[in-house]
Amino acid sequence: MDLTTILAAGVASGTILLFAAIGEIFAERSGVLNLGVEGMMLIGAVAGFSIAMSTGNPWLGVVAAMLAGGLLSMVHGVMTIHLRADQVVSGLALTFLGTGLARVLGEGLASAKDVAQLPHVTVPVLSDIPLVGPVLLTDQSVLVYVGYVLVPVAWLWIGRTRPGLHLRAVGEAPAAADAQGIGVYRTRYAYVFVGGLLAGLAGATITLAIYPGWFGDQTVNGRGWIAVGLVIFAQWSPLRAAFGAVLFGAIFQSIIDIQGVTTIFGFENPFQPGRSATFFLEMLPYLMVIVVVVIGSREAVRKRIGAPAALGRPYVRGERGS
Amino acid sequence: MNLHLEPRTDAPRWFSPVMTLAALAFAFVISGFIIWLVGGDPIKSFTHILVSAFGSVGVVSDTLVKATPLILTGLACALAFRMHLWNIGAEGQFLLGAWGASAIVLAPILPAGTPGIVVIPAMMLAGAAAGGLWGFIPGILRARLGVSEIITTLMLNYVALFWVQFWVFGPWSKGGFPETEAFPPEAWLPRLTDLAASFPGLAGLTVHLGLIFGIGVATVMWVALERTRWGYEIRLIGDSPKAARYAGIDINRKIVVVFVISGALAGLGGMSEVAGVVHGLQDRISPGYGFTAIIIAYLARFGPFRVVIASILFGALILAGREIQPSGVPAMIQGIILFSIIGSDVLIRYRVRFDRPVATA
Repeated sequence: MDLTTILAAGVASGTILLFAAIGEIFAERSGVLNLGVEGMMLIGAVAGFSIAMSTGNPWLGVVAAMLAGGLLSMVHGVMTIHLRADQVVSGLALTFLGTGLARVLGEGLASAKDVAQLPHVTVPVLSDIPLVGPVLLTDQSVLVYVGYVLVPVAWLWIGRTRPGLHLRAVGEAPAAADAQGIGVYRTRYAYVFVGGLLAGLAGATITLAIYPGWFGDQTVNGRGWIAVGLVIFAQWSPLRAAFGAVLFGAIFQSIIDIQGVTTIFGFENPFQPGRSATFFLEMLPYLMVIVVVVIGSREAVRKRIGAPAALGRPYVRGERGS
Repeated sequence: MNLHLEPRTDAPRWFSPVMTLAALAFAFVISGFIIWLVGGDPIKSFTHILVSAFGSVGVVSDTLVKATPLILTGLACALAFRMHLWNIGAEGQFLLGAWGASAIVLAPILPAGTPGIVVIPAMMLAGAAAGGLWGFIPGILRARLGVSEIITTLMLNYVALFWVQFWVFGPWSKGGFPETEAFPPEAWLPRLTDLAASFPGLAGLTVHLGLIFGIGVATVMWVALERTRWGYEIRLIGDSPKAARYAGIDINRKIVVVFVISGALAGLGGMSEVAGVVHGLQDRISPGYGFTAIIIAYLARFGPFRVVIASILFGALILAGREIQPSGVPAMIQGIILFSIIGSDVLIRYRVRFDRPVATA
């Protein structure tokens, strides 16, 4: 087990978090906090897996997963944008609903075998570059490459394009955006939907690419919540989100890897499968989220940057303070 | 056509409870429709829930047993939510409470043979303290560093789960099984069936003292929230943090205090579950009580006595739901209930008007 293998696996595993976190960045940048990521990922995971199983085509599975996530996100959209419901509660409800629905729809899928997976790709020539080649470009799932493209695209879109400017305006100062003729509701629906699409994609990335199979609600195992935490750590920037996603991908992956070795630095490995000490290992990613969120929050206070100003607040035209 | 929401100012007193009941009915209709879609029989499912949760004195007692942990975790959530503090961590606090109470017997902190009159209060204290500690962490992080309590409480749920698993699979495991040795009877909360010798009619009824804890805490919480300055300040912070700050209330201090109390209540719930029902610590001791508690707090609109009533409803759903197929149905119904409550909230607060845009030149 050498560093490049860990990093390569971390990048693959991190792709799951990356899609979910970037989707959430889009939604939150428009002013809508969506805590339903975990539920949307589960729905995406189950929809992708079952469609890939019944059609034999994993690409159809990916499309189905994204649509399922997007569809679910619209429940949250209507609740919070038009009906002005509390975004925290509605997001939690979305996770409950998504989890329940996924379990209902996934009944019996656990025993499924040999579901077609998305292809793995090695980039010719470029994969010979030292370090970069073996970590990023060798035998990675095609979705990992989609992630490579998504990061700069999302960053440029938010920071350097006109629609991105509108997005930020709606999230920071919806009344001013409205006065400029930008449709606040339309923009928010659009980006909540994008968040749903990407969360669904993140779910399919689990079941069709990185950790194939359906394991009930253990399939996503808190990754949706970790993605929400990553957004705070990333301070709503796709580039920092990518860094965080790979970090946590590597942590998730090393938990699996460390259990496979018998000795660490000449001592007997206390974390072998079946040992109770492995539970401390399993805690690690969740404890790390608390650490990075604390770091992110402190930095945000110091640099005076923070959440989009209108995050969590419904917009009502003509009302003070919105 | 445009949708307009106008604030309601003249809603009569009966409007809110009636709308809440309507929301519940609506949620069950939608759930029934989904059950029908996936090939189930909604009428049969719901009749099954009713009969197996309320059909006889025995099952009503079982429903109350399921409601007990929900009451305590529901009150934990309701208190925090009343102050607009998002404690999503009742599940973890419940687990820590169960662990803390178990430690009294299993560590053992008190020697074997200590009479129940000492063991039970010690377990209550340990459970509440462990849960309170699990609430203190997100509370202090929020108050001192401004860290979102939503994320920290959620993450601590996972940490608590693995912590309990470590003890159950490791040091306290009974012969490699994921459960501990059973507690000695001194560490059991008294149950109605224990009185069967004098009142034969109570034989088999498993309702235990934890239910009294729940109702007692609900009463104290109602008085504290509605009849004391302390409770008034909490309600003020929840309704208008700005006004609270102008009034000179130390909000950060309240955040920590309320988080510790909230965690302690959920922890007491964990204690009541291990001492009253399981009589030991197990891996899967909670089927998500702490998450259902969030929905209960909302359905009850943070009212302590309404939490008790809502808990009984959800206790029935969990009790009867165990046999319903597919197994995700109860979780799905919970999500739909929460959504229709939020939806009904809109109808309670606003009058919804659809109007066509007036044609202008």
